[in-house]
Formats: sequence, structure tokens, C-alpha cells
Amino acid sequence: MADTTAHAAPVEHTSTGLPSTKLAMWLFLASECLLFGALITTYVLYRGASTTGPYPSEIFDIRYTSVSSFVLLASSLTMVLSLTAAEKRDFARMRLWLVATALLGMTFVGGQVYEFTSFYHEGLSLTTNLFGTTFYVLTGFHGVHVTVGILMLLSLVGMSWAGRLPDDQAFPVEMVGLYWHFVDIVWIVIFTVVYLIPQAKPAG
Amino acid sequence: MATAASVPAPRGIIRRPTATTGWLSWFTTIDHKKIGLLYGFSAFALFIIGGLEALLIRAQLAKPDNTLLNADQYNQIFTMHGLTMIFLFVMPMSAAFFNYMIPLMIGARDVAFPRLNAFSYWVFLLGGLFLYSSWFLGGAPNGGWFGYPPNSTTDPTIGMTFYALGLIITGLASSAGAINLAVTVVNMRAPGMTLFRMPVFVWMGLVVQFLLVFALPIITVALFEMLFDRRWGTHFFDPTAGGRPLLWQNLFWLFAHPEVYILILPAFGIISEILPVFSRKPLFGYQFVVFSGIAIGFIGFGVWAHHMFAVGLGPVANTAFGITTAIIAVPTGIKIFNWMGTMYGGDIHFDTPMLMAVGAVAMFVIGGLSGVTHAVVPSDYQQTDTYYVVAHFHYVLFGGAVFGLFGGVFYWWPKIFARQLDERWGKVQFWIMLIGFNLTFGPMHILGLGGMIRREYTYPASLGLTFWNQVSTVGAYLIALSTLVFVVNAVKTQRTAKGLANEDPWDARTLEWTTSCPPPVYNFEEIPVVHSIDEFWHRKYAEDKEGRLIRVPAGASDHAAADGHGGAIHLPTPSFWPLIAAVGLPTIAYGVLYSWWLVGAGALVTVIGFMGWAMEPPVAE
Repeated sequence: MADTTAHAAPVEHTSTGLPSTKLAMWLFLASECLLFGALITTYVLYRGASTTGPYPSEIFDIRYTSVSSFVLLASSLTMVLSLTAAEKRDFARMRLWLVATALLGMTFVGGQVYEFTSFYHEGLSLTTNLFGTTFYVLTGFHGVHVTVGILMLLSLVGMSWAGRLPDDQAFPVEMVGLYWHFVDIVWIVIFTVVYLIPQAKPAG
Repeated sequence: MATAASVPAPRGIIRRPTATTGWLSWFTTIDHKKIGLLYGFSAFALFIIGGLEALLIRAQLAKPDNTLLNADQYNQIFTMHGLTMIFLFVMPMSAAFFNYMIPLMIGARDVAFPRLNAFSYWVFLLGGLFLYSSWFLGGAPNGGWFGYPPNSTTDPTIGMTFYALGLIITGLASSAGAINLAVTVVNMRAPGMTLFRMPVFVWMGLVVQFLLVFALPIITVALFEMLFDRRWGTHFFDPTAGGRPLLWQNLFWLFAHPEVYILILPAFGIISEILPVFSRKPLFGYQFVVFSGIAIGFIGFGVWAHHMFAVGLGPVANTAFGITTAIIAVPTGIKIFNWMGTMYGGDIHFDTPMLMAVGAVAMFVIGGLSGVTHAVVPSDYQQTDTYYVVAHFHYVLFGGAVFGLFGGVFYWWPKIFARQLDERWGKVQFWIMLIGFNLTFGPMHILGLGGMIRREYTYPASLGLTFWNQVSTVGAYLIALSTLVFVVNAVKTQRTAKGLANEDPWDARTLEWTTSCPPPVYNFEEIPVVHSIDEFWHRKYAEDKEGRLIRVPAGASDHAAADGHGGAIHLPTPSFWPLIAAVGLPTIAYGVLYSWWLVGAGALVTVIGFMGWAMEPPVAE
């Protein structure tokens, strides 16, 4: 990050001291909170509003999704391990953990693709009812975010391999990590709201 | 003191553009001043187009039962007029000023992320072109800028799909720009430029960027939901499947009310710069002006349902939002009084920027007062969807924002172009515009209270609305004439030789005027050290024992030389990648309309653009 601000001796501090990239990432994530906030609100608002089936209770396989959720959360651990390795300048191990994170992410996205496919065969499409509409769009948006994260992780690995990262490799890893953890945290909310909080089938 | 950024070792597999002059350099530039100019010229061109649409609307309404336009054409034209003026003129014109002026005003050499800045501009421009291409591809959006479903989701023409996609794209541009400028203000200020020494324009800029960061994702979600409903048959706003069109209204206005402040606060910032300079007094109650701007930013998120009083939210919600709406008038009123206090007892010079600023304040007050009448729910029932509302928001957005922006144009023209716009023509323009504006929108109050409904393409003679509609049409053409005067003035001015007798023609107060006109590419040869509000003023003037101003001898505050030592400053190098990444986005949008292959191609272009961007160092050797 090119920082052209000069620091003369006795004048007030006029910078946060944080790298601009990190500030920008936090602002971006704040913006993303509103994005997922609006999507989750839409889902919650339409809980139980579907006029035809299939309904969530008939379709969800909580055990299956719990496992894939666990996989995604585990990827946050490998992300942290990668950052720790980068901070110790052990870049080979850093790349290894980055690849592990990406693989866990891919497992999650693959699981989501499988889940979508099986739900579709059980009769729930994007247009079947409000549940289908809100479920696929919310979890799909999240899946796209995970996919973008995987792209960033793999780019980091490639750039690190080719020696195209700046000398302080921990910094870009930390930035991608912020995004990755955010996407994980959002999934905790989505998993709770969509899968875990029971939703009765509407009467009649 | 300030020297260069640390330069990463040059590596490159692609040839990097380095030229900073010539036509090609405009496509690769990452200089905040050039990007500001690009924003400004694009926005002004779209202002002309949006204005022509307005003239068509007024021509159609000039007489009862007119057949100049049919209902369908009228719907498209008023929708595009609104979208153009809001998203493609006022927002990018404000972005133009923010881009050009914020780094100069805070003593920085550029924004925090120069390439992201270029990306924002290109995404905005391509998004606007995408929206306008709908005219040739089956019809423009026709459901109003508010796009209420189910009308907007069931309309059989393609227009509202363009609306959803186009606004998602321009919203992305604004989000990226907002993050960039907010970080710039928070992190890139010159030494000594504490937050409460920042010019009010920079403060308002900061508030606007935060509003954008938090408001845009909400409309993005709503637009995606509309897009899915229209393109893939989902049921978000489909009442037959249990969906609620009201959800759209809530999401839309939760964005669109902060948006109103996104449109007006930049003009407030400009006014707060102009009034002190031309009154030769510091801004009265600086902290009050700043804090009321921040308060507006917060309260702006809590008033959205006043756009929906008539939809039946119930008395509790209506009362609550009526109260918050009345409350938000307070910080706005504080600003008005502070501006009046600034002028009070001042040595007022009525040059064109000052006329525009005072005109903006006066017109905004009229719009603000009619706005307070909307806060009264029973009164609002009478006004909803009538021309009274059209009158109100044109008084705040044209009267406030457009006059304010023109004030900025006249004020900063010498800074940007090293020439001064002709004052006589400027004053002629101002008076024609002021008269035309009031003739256009003043009568709309009467029309609205007389029962004229918004968005109707014609009206029968028996309603007795003809006279005031004709007055309004005459006024609209006067506004067009005043704009023509401006264009002639600008063209004539630019034909004169470059160079100002005085590089500080207004005897201004803020840092941007410490640079040469136009500023060198690196802005400041040495990063200035700031000691007070109105830093430049204090470098020029001191007070003697009786409190009279005395000029500090030149030399203590000399301008940075236009060339010479600047060669040692390493500036970010131009880049193709932001433009390439931006091109992918409208490609994806066309793909959504026509073919999955195009989506893939667009996504690939964008990813390649970002990859190339990530791989190249900010500064090439």
C-alpha cells in the first residue's frame, strides 16, 4: 500500500495508523452486513408465507447441512493457521493452509450444489413457492460469496508461488482472511435462521 | 519532508501504459483530478439528456389532451428523466467534485486507491450507457424511478429489467467510490489536518460516503429480488404466491431516503465553502454545521416510511415516521441559520458562485417547508401522488442541489481550468435559471393542491389545470435557455488563453487554493502542514492589535511551483485493468438478458481484469 502521507514532528495525528486497505476492507464488510441483512430479513419476513409445498420441514436434512457447515467453519481455523504461518514467514506452510482453506470452501460449495440438486428433485425449485424463492436466493448469494473467496485464496497461493506478493505476505493473507471469516460468520446466521429455527407447516 | 512512497521492485508481464497526456491517457488515467473531470463531463452530458427528457414531458403537458407523446412513451420518458437526474447526474456530479477537491482540500496527493477510483468511474459510465441502451433494445424503463411492483415486475416490456440491472451496476460504482473516498478522508489527511479542521465540504463528503456504503446494499438486494422476479419467475413481490409488494417499498425507501441526503449534502458542502469566502467571514458555527450534517446522516435512515403514509401502515407507524420526519428538519434548519449567520454582517460579494449558493439556500428553504407539510400525515394524504410532491422534491433537488452544484462549477472553474467563467454571462444564467425554475415548479404546488395527479400523461381541459401547466412549461424552457447560456459561457471561456492574473481569484480560505491553477499532477510539492481551520486564509492574513486584518507578506505562503522538483515524487502509474474489469460488468448484465455465454464471458473479463490489477504494482518503474 503506497502511503504518501508525511509525518512531521509536532503536529496532530491525522491518520488512523491502520493500512488504508484494511480500513477499506472493514467498510466493505460493513456494507456487506447490510446486503445480507436485507436478504435475511426478506427470508424471515416470508417464513411460513408459502401458499404451496414443499415446506422446509419436508426437505431439510439438518444432519447433512450440519456437516457441511462444520466444514465451512473448520476453514476459518485453517485460514488462521495460514496467517500465523505467514507471520512467521513460513510461506510454504502458509500456502499449504491456504490450499486447505480453499479445499474446505470447495467442499462446502460442492455440498451446496448437491443440496440444491436434491431439493430440486424433491420438487423445490426457485419458482415453486416463496420458500424456494427466498431459500435459493439467500443461500445462493452466500454460495457466490464463498466462491469469490475461493478464487481469492487460490490467487493468493498462485501469486505467492510466483513470488508476486509484496514482501509482507501476511498482509494480503490477513485481508482475504477478514473476508473469509465474514462469509463464515454470515453462514452461522443463515444456518441458524434458515435451518435450525423450526418452522411449522402452515395449517391447511 | 514528504518524499516518495516506497517503490516495489518492478515486475511486469504486460506492457503498462505510462502516458499521462494524449487521448489514450483518459482511458488509463488514475489521477483523481482527471477522473473528477471525466465524472464532471459525463454527468453534465447526462444532465443535458435528462433535461431534454424534461422538456418533452413539459411539451406534452403544455395543453390538455395533448397527443405529442402517447402514454407508453410518456412513462418511459418520465422514468428515464428521474433515473438520469438522480443516478447519472447529481450523484456523479457530486462524485466529480469529491474526487477533484477532497485530496486537494485535505492535503493529499491522490485518493487512497487510485485504480479503484478509475474503476468506479468506468463502471458508472458503462452502467449509464447500459441503462440508455434500453431505448434501442425494446424500450426504456417505464415504472418510475421508484419501480413499485407488481406493476414493475409484471410489465411485459424489457425496460424494468434494464432498470434493475443498470442500477445494480451504477450502485456498485458508487459503493466502490464511497469506500475509496471515505478511507481517503479518514486516513490520508495532511499533518495537522484534524477532523475538525477539515473544510465542511470534506465533512459532507465523508457523511455522504458513509450513507452510500450503508444504503446501497439495501437497494441492491431489492433490485436483485426484482430481477429474479422478472427474469426467472420468483415470487418476492408476487401477491398471488403470498409475496408482498410492500417489501419492495420498504427496502426501496430505506435506501431512497438516505439517497435524498446523498444528493443534497454535497451541495450543502459546496454552499458552506462558498458563503464564507464571499462574505469574507469564517463559517458561522462550524461545529454546528458539521454535527447537523452527521445528524442528518443518522436520522436519514429513520424516516423512510413517510414516503408510504398512504399505503396503510397504520396510525402508530405513520405517527412515528411523522415525528422523525419533523425531527430531521431541525438539523437542516440549523444549517440554514448558520449560513445566514455567516452572511450576517459580512462583506458580501455577489459574484456568480455566491448568487448560486444564496439561490440554493433560498430555494431549498421553500422545498424544506413544503417537506414539513408532508410530515403532517393527514395533510400528506392530500398531497400523495400529486404535483405538490413533484414541486417539493424539485425545490430541494433542483433548487438545492443543482443551484449548489452550479455554484461549485463557477467557484472552482478557475482552479480546474485556469480561466475564469464570464461573470456577466454567469449572472444572466443565474437570473434566467432562478426565474425559470420558480415558474416551472412554483405552479406545481397549485396544480397539486388543485388535484393534478403525478405521472399522468395528459389531462382534460375541464379540470382547469391548463393555465398553470402552460406557465410551468414556459419556465422549463427558460431553464433550458439558462443552461444554454452556461454552455456558451463555458465554450467561450475555454477558447481564451490559459492563465489567471491571480491564482486565488476569490481570496479563498482552503488548501486547494494553495496549489497552482490547475494543480500539478502531484498536487503538492511538499505535503502542507495544517494549523487551523481555513488554513490558507490564516497563511494570508493575520490580525493587528485592533483586530483588523493585515496581509501576511508574500513568501510566507508562496504557491508550490508548477514544475521543477515534482519529478522526484513517485505517483501511481496509469493502468488498463480498471477499465477492463469494468467492461465485464455490463457484459454480464447483457448476458442476463440474452445468453448465459455472455454472462460467462463477462465474468471472465472481470476476473481477468481484477487479476491483472492485483498482479501489477501500484507504481511502475
